[in-house]
Amino acid sequence: MPNPFTPIMQGMKITLGHVFKKPVTLMYPDERPKVAERFRGLHALKVSHNKAKCVACYLCPTVCPAKCITVEAGEDTNHDKFAAKYEIDMLRCIFCGYCVEACPVDALKMTGEFELANYRREDFVFTKERLLEKK
Amino acid sequence: MGIEILGLPLYYYIAMVAKVLIAFVFVLLTVAYATYAERKIIGWMQVRIGPNRTGPMGLLQPIADGLKLFFKEEIIPSEANKFAFLLAPLVALIPAFITFAVIPFGDTIKIFGYDVPLQIVGYYDAGVGKVVDMNVGVLYVLAMSSLGVYGIVLAGWASNSKYSLIGGLRSSAQMISYELAAGLAIIPVFMLVESLSLQEIIKAQAGMKWFIWNSPMTFVAGMIFYVATLAEVNRTPFDLPEAETELVSGFCTEYSSMKYAMFFMAEYANMVTVSAVMVTLFLGGWDGPFVSAIPWLSPLYFIAKVYFLMFLAMWIRATLPRYRYDQLMHLGWKVMLPTTLALIVVTAVAGHFGFYTFSGLFGN
Repeated sequence: MPNPFTPIMQGMKITLGHVFKKPVTLMYPDERPKVAERFRGLHALKVSHNKAKCVACYLCPTVCPAKCITVEAGEDTNHDKFAAKYEIDMLRCIFCGYCVEACPVDALKMTGEFELANYRREDFVFTKERLLEKK
Repeated sequence: MGIEILGLPLYYYIAMVAKVLIAFVFVLLTVAYATYAERKIIGWMQVRIGPNRTGPMGLLQPIADGLKLFFKEEIIPSEANKFAFLLAPLVALIPAFITFAVIPFGDTIKIFGYDVPLQIVGYYDAGVGKVVDMNVGVLYVLAMSSLGVYGIVLAGWASNSKYSLIGGLRSSAQMISYELAAGLAIIPVFMLVESLSLQEIIKAQAGMKWFIWNSPMTFVAGMIFYVATLAEVNRTPFDLPEAETELVSGFCTEYSSMKYAMFFMAEYANMVTVSAVMVTLFLGGWDGPFVSAIPWLSPLYFIAKVYFLMFLAMWIRATLPRYRYDQLMHLGWKVMLPTTLALIVVTAVAGHFGFYTFSGLFGN
């Protein structure tokens, strides 16, 4: 006949053991978490030869599940296609990374920055200048 | 000091008022810091730290919580019965404090040459010549704990909300069922001591012969009593009225600010009271090593034991999942009630044959 007391005692021994372990709490503003290398945070447009690699092929807005990317193509001085307007609305973005996978010219990557809080709704729409990667 | 009021010297009244103030302040502080201790202890048991930002190590957390609740808006539903609505938290809270009047929290100590028994209730028996304890102490305790149920029923009913009513009914049904088991579980203790007076019960346990380990019948009685009182104060694993219905459909749904705070203070105050009763009946009250030589140690032993029992309640809360309502009722009526009744019969039979304790030192 199963004894109701032994499992309770064993459980209580485990919880008491936890009191003596080191807590896993991170004291947030003073200590920041370490993110993984491939962590999907804020996007960054890669730059080469002093201009963004983006060719405005419209693949990333097409694949985006949340429809948060707005692209408008333009013609630059070398008659090449480039993104005149590139905006990502961080309030709609679900940080899935499909846009990075879809890009054929490897112009988009995701950094490890996750602290994106802001005071006004307009500040959440990241324009091309804010998205350019910082060198 | 020749002043006599009602035939008793003035120092008697001064001592009584002082004891009341000390006991009241002690229970209030314990209740406030029990909320803090619970969050910290349960945090450590879950491999995390509890509150640590308000004040050094989070010690000002209860004060912050109290202030927050104090400043909240006072909402009374328009269709609620105002008088009962405002009365309910009081009826839930006051019995918890009142029960402390009979609990002896220390031995008789000498202050300025007067013998002061560390118990609030007492009457001066001119025949004996000293202050004597109330000789139906335990009956008083049981009666007061039954009053607490009224607060819950009143709260659920006066809120004029269907969910509050059902939550209140469930909670009060739970409390009543476990009060039965708790009341019956104490009977073996009376059979050993042959008195209802709490002072007598503590004297019978003097010299570390506490009931929890000195006799097999009172050992089982103690275990059952502890679990029954956990169920009565709605602590996990029996906290269904408080958790499933947490702030949504429960007897205290319609309460805001201070009245809500009073209900939750009532829960912790009940926990303190019930731990104090268990300490007095089963753990020897203020008894401990060297207490006859140094009477001032007795309140410290009492407080240490009460805090240990509260720690045990928090430890259990951190470990066990919750009982479903029907499992809870099954446990109260079909498991505990027959067990306590059988225990009474066994104690009576064993006592008749002179075997009360392991060492057989108690006669019939």
